[in-house]
Amino acid sequence: MNARAPIVELRNLCVPLPLGGDRRHAVDGVSLSVSQGEIVCVVGESGSGKSVTAQAIMGLLPKLFARPAGAILFDGEDLLQASTQRMRSLRGREIGMIFQEPMTALNPVHTVGAQIDEVLRAHLSRPSAERFVRVVKAMEEVGLPDPERLYHAFPHQLSGGQRQRVLIAAALILEPRLLIADEPTTALDVTTQAQILKQIRDLQRSRGMGVLFITHDIGVVAEIADRVVVMKSGKVVESGDVTRILTAPEADYTRMLIAAVPTLEAARPAEPVPGPLALTVRDIAKTYSVRSAFGGTREVTALKPTSLTLHRGETIGVIGESGSGKSTLARCITRLIEPSSGEAALLGESGGKPFRRRIQIVFQDPYRSLNPRRTVGQSIIEGPMNFGMPKAEAWNKARELMVLVGLEPAALNRYPHQFSGGQRQRISIARALAMEPEILVADEAVSALDVSVQAQVLKLIDDVQKRFDLAILFITHDLRVAAQICDRILVMHRGELVEEGSVRAVFSSPAHAYTRRLLDSIPGKRMAAAA
Amino acid sequence: MTMLSPQLAGEAPRNPLLGLLGQALRNPSVLVGGFIVAAIVGMAIAAPLLGTVDPVRIDPAVRLRPPSDLAWFGTDLFGRDVYSRVVYGARSSLLVGLSVAAFATAFGVLIGLVGGYFRAVDIVVMRVMDGLMAIPTFLLAIALVSLTRASIGTVVLALTIPEIPRVVRLVRSVVLTVREEPYVEAAISVGTPTPLILLRHILPSTIAPLLVLGTYVCAQAILVEAALSFLGSGLPPEIPSWGNMISEGRTFFQVTPRLVFLPSLFLALTVLGINLLGDGLRDTLDPRIAKRM
Repeated sequence: MNARAPIVELRNLCVPLPLGGDRRHAVDGVSLSVSQGEIVCVVGESGSGKSVTAQAIMGLLPKLFARPAGAILFDGEDLLQASTQRMRSLRGREIGMIFQEPMTALNPVHTVGAQIDEVLRAHLSRPSAERFVRVVKAMEEVGLPDPERLYHAFPHQLSGGQRQRVLIAAALILEPRLLIADEPTTALDVTTQAQILKQIRDLQRSRGMGVLFITHDIGVVAEIADRVVVMKSGKVVESGDVTRILTAPEADYTRMLIAAVPTLEAARPAEPVPGPLALTVRDIAKTYSVRSAFGGTREVTALKPTSLTLHRGETIGVIGESGSGKSTLARCITRLIEPSSGEAALLGESGGKPFRRRIQIVFQDPYRSLNPRRTVGQSIIEGPMNFGMPKAEAWNKARELMVLVGLEPAALNRYPHQFSGGQRQRISIARALAMEPEILVADEAVSALDVSVQAQVLKLIDDVQKRFDLAILFITHDLRVAAQICDRILVMHRGELVEEGSVRAVFSSPAHAYTRRLLDSIPGKRMAAAA
Repeated sequence: MTMLSPQLAGEAPRNPLLGLLGQALRNPSVLVGGFIVAAIVGMAIAAPLLGTVDPVRIDPAVRLRPPSDLAWFGTDLFGRDVYSRVVYGARSSLLVGLSVAAFATAFGVLIGLVGGYFRAVDIVVMRVMDGLMAIPTFLLAIALVSLTRASIGTVVLALTIPEIPRVVRLVRSVVLTVREEPYVEAAISVGTPTPLILLRHILPSTIAPLLVLGTYVCAQAILVEAALSFLGSGLPPEIPSWGNMISEGRTFFQVTPRLVFLPSLFLALTVLGINLLGDGLRDTLDPRIAKRM
C-alpha cells in the first residue's frame, strides 16, 4: 500500500437512493482513499454507484439524493460538513473534475479560451493579460496545437479529443491536488483515448497530483491505474494494487469482469468453410451535397466506392472510428439511405422473398431502437404482419423467439422501459429474426452494453447465426469485440476501405498504417501481456 | 439458455401515455381548469334544463328590467332574458372554440406529418404556411363575412385558416426529430408501409404537445369570435353569443353595465379555465419542464 498521506479519504460513505429505487443505497458503505501521486481507478458496470461516489466528493449530488452519511475527508476536513461556499472554493482550486461528454460539458456560445479563463476569474483576481498568458500555457500543457488561435475557437470547431483536452486544461489550470475523472475517454475513439490517457498520466506524474479515475473498461484500468477499487451495486467488492487485481483477483465478480473483457485472440477458426454467397456489394458509395447560402454546392464524401462479398454462416467485421463511414456502409446496404452509386445485391435462394425480409438490422442504442409507446410484442410482430402473416401466428412466433433470445414469453406485453439495456438488445434481435432474414447487419449492436452483458449478447448472436445459418455484417469500433465474433475484417478509415483479411492476418500482421495505429491504441495491452 | 425476467417484475404493464395522463390529473391547474371547463360545457349542454326561457324571444314590454325572480339577470334592450342568453351563449362560444381547435388540429396534423416526413413536400408546404400566417385573422373574417353571409360556419372557417400553420409547425418539428429515431428506421427495415409508420410510430409522439396547443387554439378562437361579433362581423345577431351581447349592451353601458358585465364574466371564466388546463397539461406533458419540478 501507499505510505504517503491520503489527499482524500472516504470513510463508510452511504448515499441513500430515493424511495422506490431498485435498492436502498446508491453508494453503500464505500471506503477508499487517494494519495498524492497515485491514480486510483474505480471500476464497475452501469449502476454500480461509481459516478455517484465522484459526485458526492465534489458536493454535486443531484437534489433527489438525500444527505450522504459517513465522511469524506479532504486533507482531514470533512467535505460532507463543509458549507456551500467552502465547497465552491475547493472545487477548481483543490479538486478538479472532468466529465464523460466533451460535447455537452462545454458551453457552445463561448470560446474555449473564455471557458478555461472562467475558472481563473472565479477563484483569482488578476488582470486579464496575465490570465490570458496562463490559459494559453495551460492549453499548451495539455497538448492543444496553436493555443493562441484555439483560445478564440468555439467548441464545435474542435474535435472530440481536443474538447476533452480543453476540459482537462480547465480542470487543472489552478493545479488542484486531486483530479476526479468520470469516464473521460468513454465517448472518444480508441486512438484519441490512448492519447488522452497518456496525457492524464503525464500530467499526473509531472504534478504529483492524486487522480480518482472512474471507468467501466478494465483495459483502461490496466493502462492507467496504480490501485483499483472494484464496485458493484454500490459496494466495494475488492480493492488493491493494479497488478494484483488484474492477475490474481480474489472476488468472483472481479474475475467475471476481467474474463468478460474480450481479448484480441481470434475466436473463430482461421479457414472457415464458406457457405453459399449471400450478398455482393459492388462499388457502393455515398456523397452528400451541401448547398451553401450563396448557391454553391459542396460535396462531402461519406463513403468511397466499396465492394465486399458475404457468405451464409460468415461474419464480417467492419471496424473503424467515428466518421470512418462504417455506419453509412451499413445503411446503404440495408437501403435505409440511398447510395449515390453502386449497388448491393442479395444472392442465393430467395424464394421470392422481398428485399426487406432478407436483410435485417440491429441498432446500437437499445433505448431508442424500440418504440417506447408499443409493447415489445407489438414491435416483434410488426414485421411478419407487414408481410401478411396472420396475427395469431405472428404472436406464436414472437413467443418462440422470446424463448430463443432468452426472455420469458410472458414479457411480450410489457413496454421497453421495463427492460434493461441487454434485454432490449435481445428484443431487437428477436424482432430482426422474426423476419427470417438471411443477412443480419449489426450496427454497433453491443457497444452500449456493459462488458458482462456484452459477452452474453455476443454469445446469443453467435448462437442464432449457427441456428439460422445467417450471414452477419458486424459493424463495430471495438477491435476486441470484432476478434470475438468475426471471420473476416474490413478496416475503414475516412470513408475508405483500407484493409481486408481474416481476423488472424489483420491482427497479427496489419498491412495498413492506420490498422497498426488502431491496434496500438487498444487499452489494456499491458494486461494481456501480464496474463 | 437462462431465462431473464424483466427487471420490474410484478408491476402491471402500463401504457406510458396513460401514465402521463394520470400524472396530469394530479396537477392543481389541470384540476381547477378542468373543473371550470367541465362546468361551462355542462351548462351549455344542459341549457334548456337550467330554468331558461327562449333566448331570442323579444318582449318590448319588459325592456331593460333589473334582475328579478322572473328574469335572474334582468332583461336587455329588446326585453330578452339575459340569463337565458348567457347560458345559451356558452353553446355558440364553445361550438366555435372546439370546432376551430378540432379542424385546425386535424388539418395541421395531416399537413405537418406529410411535410415533416417527405422533404420534397416540405419545401412547398412550409412556403404556403408562411403565406397563410401573413393573413390577419380579423381582415380575413371581415372579408369572408362580407363576401358570403354571417354564420357559424364562416366564423369557424375564418378562425381556422390562420391557426393551421401553428399546428403544422409544431407537428412538423416533432416529426423531424422522431423520424431520425432508430425505432423508425427499425420499422422501415421490417417493411412497414410509410402511412403506417406515420400513424403508429410518429403520430403518437405529437399527441402530448398537440393537446396543449389545442387548448390555446380553443381559448384564442373563443376570444376572437367574441371580438368579431362585437365588431359585427361575427355570428349573426339573432344567435345568442357573448360577443353579440357585449356589442348590444355597449350602447347602454352607462345605464345598465350588467349587459356588458355578465357575458364578459362568463367569457373570461371560460378562457381562464381553458388556459389553466393548457398550462397544467404543458407542465406535466412537456418533459423538459416536468423534470424541473
